[in-house]
Amino acid sequence: MLDVAVAYNRYKFIGFEFLTWLWFTIENDQAYLKKLQEDLASLDLGNRVVLENRQSEAMETVTIKGDDAGLEEGRLALKKGAVVTEMNLLFKFGDQKWQFSLKGESLGVANLKTPDAGPVESRDDLEGAMLEKTYLYDKAMNFVYLIFYDFIKHRISKDWHHQIVPQIRKWIAV
Amino acid sequence: MGLLSSSVSITRYKVEGRLPEPIIETVAAGLKKNTLIDVDDETVESAIGWTSVDTPFKPNFEGSSFVVGPHFFFSMRMDKKNISSKIVKKMCTQQMAKKLVESGREYLSREEKKQIKDAVIHALTLRVPATPNVYDLIWKYEDAELWFFSHQKAANEALEILFSKSFKLTLIRLFPFTAAMLTAGLSEAELDSLSFLTPTSFTE
Repeated sequence: MLDVAVAYNRYKFIGFEFLTWLWFTIENDQAYLKKLQEDLASLDLGNRVVLENRQSEAMETVTIKGDDAGLEEGRLALKKGAVVTEMNLLFKFGDQKWQFSLKGESLGVANLKTPDAGPVESRDDLEGAMLEKTYLYDKAMNFVYLIFYDFIKHRISKDWHHQIVPQIRKWIAV
Repeated sequence: MGLLSSSVSITRYKVEGRLPEPIIETVAAGLKKNTLIDVDDETVESAIGWTSVDTPFKPNFEGSSFVVGPHFFFSMRMDKKNISSKIVKKMCTQQMAKKLVESGREYLSREEKKQIKDAVIHALTLRVPATPNVYDLIWKYEDAELWFFSHQKAANEALEILFSKSFKLTLIRLFPFTAAMLTAGLSEAELDSLSFLTPTSFTE
């Protein structure tokens, strides 16, 4: 395998394309996401999206944030050739909610908020809370990677350029 | 405890290699050998080592205290003494003035100035307590996976070195390429295709 630092930089575009594809999928194919994870109630964009346009000489960054922020500027940036580099996501399993930011280049999960774990009053409670939190983090991490693994199979298949990219282009152009 | 905070950041690693049996005793030995040593009363400026997740200022790896359910929970602590350059400058100026008065000379040599600065830093290092930074982790041994609760570059790099030194195992950070390469279950042909990927343009 390539040197890790070299691979990180050479292939960071995979993560940006993953997030761009994910935005497209959230808006256009929730049924597909629910097929991946049966107990998923919903997956939505949260309160922050960061896009970068590396096509021009000087890199342009567009950040959209706020609970009620419109995404028009983000769509406009996509039209100009930008890709998504960071995205806040909100998903629900049943009536429980998870929210976090996902960075494209690292797949790093930041500001992860899970449903509450039980209160800690004794050593036994502490161990219980640690296991409960691990389960709750697992739910988020497994879901992120489940979607990513599915994406990467599409990304290296012929479908990517023949079917998926044309659909994304059409969505961006609207 | 960081991992029980209301909001956390997680870096995911794949752990390459297996430990010799008995596993828990081997992990305990690695943790004890590299437990953080307090440097508050030492002339050392920084220290890095393992500590307990529930008592980060009193490390204890006796028995199987770091084992909870099927996972290992412990923390990395990085202590650093922050000595202000302005305080160093002030104390050096005072010491140099004192030495000039005592010696009756008008100037100090470069070597004398260096000795004064070294002595000032030495004295301050003994007096200034180290600022601790604690980073929790969960090692899911059976899954060959580790979650580190920080995205800070310096902390992640320190973890990779300390982990390798303690357990003779390699941590591989999972980012899109390594996650696809090592954990996505791709076939040989798919792995070949992965290496040849180039960026897609989403605009025509």
